[in-house]
Amino acid sequence: MYTDKVMDHFSNPRNVGDIPDASGEGTVGNPTCGDLMTIYIKVKDDVIEDIKFKTFGCGAAIATSSMVTELAMGKNVDEALKITRNDVADALEGLPPVKMHCSNLAADALQAAIEDYKKKQAEKE
Amino acid sequence: MIYMDNSATSHLDPEVLREMEPFLKEEFGNASTFYSLGRNARKALEIARENVAALIGASPQEIIFTSGGTESDNMAIKGTAYKWKSKGKHIITSVIEHPAVRETCKYLETQGFEVTYLPVYEEGIVSVSDVEAAIRDDTILITIMHANNEIGTIQPIAEIGKIAREKGIYFHSDAVQSVGKIPVDVIELNVDLLSISAHKLNGPKGIGALYVRKGIILEPLIHGGGHERGIRPGTENVPSIVGLGKACSLASTHMDENIAYLTQLRDSLINGILENIEESYLNGDRNNRLPNNAHFRFTGIEGESLVLHLDSKNIAASTGSACSSKNLEPSHVLMALGLEEVAAHGSLRLTLGKENKPEDIPYTITSIKEAVETLRKLSPLWCSAENL
Repeated sequence: MYTDKVMDHFSNPRNVGDIPDASGEGTVGNPTCGDLMTIYIKVKDDVIEDIKFKTFGCGAAIATSSMVTELAMGKNVDEALKITRNDVADALEGLPPVKMHCSNLAADALQAAIEDYKKKQAEKE
Repeated sequence: MIYMDNSATSHLDPEVLREMEPFLKEEFGNASTFYSLGRNARKALEIARENVAALIGASPQEIIFTSGGTESDNMAIKGTAYKWKSKGKHIITSVIEHPAVRETCKYLETQGFEVTYLPVYEEGIVSVSDVEAAIRDDTILITIMHANNEIGTIQPIAEIGKIAREKGIYFHSDAVQSVGKIPVDVIELNVDLLSISAHKLNGPKGIGALYVRKGIILEPLIHGGGHERGIRPGTENVPSIVGLGKACSLASTHMDENIAYLTQLRDSLINGILENIEESYLNGDRNNRLPNNAHFRFTGIEGESLVLHLDSKNIAASTGSACSSKNLEPSHVLMALGLEEVAAHGSLRLTLGKENKPEDIPYTITSIKEAVETLRKLSPLWCSAENL
């Protein structure tokens, strides 16, 4: 039911961990569905220099987290903000329908992390 | 592959297949015909019926062949409800039933029946006094499973049956997970109706039986020719019925040795996991469970991920969470045990079979430990657990 790409990102997740001095951090999740994820970003000159994640969840939750970190790495924050749940699912060559809304939260976590970064920037100024 | 999902289904025993083969080939007769081909089929059918009856202490005439556990459950519950609705419209069941029972009861609620869903306590067992307290003047049926399909806990069927019998209330038990694994005797258990499925005891899929105690009257759910005493018409699936019969007779012959062997494997698995993996827990009562069921939960990780990791290590197991199925909610059985949703999602069911070897156990323990550690490294919940 999972594509090879999902299994690859599940079995060898990229960018696992946290960033202690993160520029932004976003957590989304739903314990009823059994998914919870945090994305950490390190931003320099509005570019995502480093990105890490930690995820509790099913195969799809872990694979989408891993994939979103790959998609966002090195991007300008405004570009990265445009990454949607569908972009993540497409990059993974599809997700089972039942997982599309529940376990496909990584784009939301990334957006939350970027918004957190922007809020902190605004506070500095 | 190490197959540890025998509560989902089990492999077809080669002896069962051998017994079935002639009836898939040259012995293709319709068991209702009078020439020798038909008579051979009839003979085989009745031997199978005797073997099923012998395994559960019933008379052959009390065995009705069905398409499996789900049909048996539907036949028992709806058949009672439809037949006896003028007598009353109240049914008692538990919150940990298999969907074949639960969804049938829910359906009957839409048809004007009232259903009481009894709780279970931390160890996953229904209380006999709760059953007694729930009985009303209009109660027509009590349906409580024998062994739970997720956590393997064994329910006090004989005691519940005694109460039901005294009150003249039909008593059904879904024994799909227990028949062939532990002794099941319909007389001792005081049941009127009992569901059996072949593929859980190394028989073929798509075949099962319902024990209907002599004198118990059900409304048939399907109508047609007079097969199976008119309760379940339709040309008999002779090869599969022969398979079910053989599976029952093998289970009966090897019952004691299987129980001893599986209990030993199960206990070394449970001890190994609980001793070697921190924050690992057993779901369900430690001893009052099926000899082949071990059901764990691990703090900070989710069950499906664990199952996928084990698959990559060639171990087939199942998640306690229903996240991999169509329903993303945590298991109703684990929630009934009083677990938090996150904890309920972190569960793993290992159900052993006689093909599992003693050396599979240490490999499985090591593999689970590695997978749990890998997933905990990814988990934001495990971090917070460490920080506490």
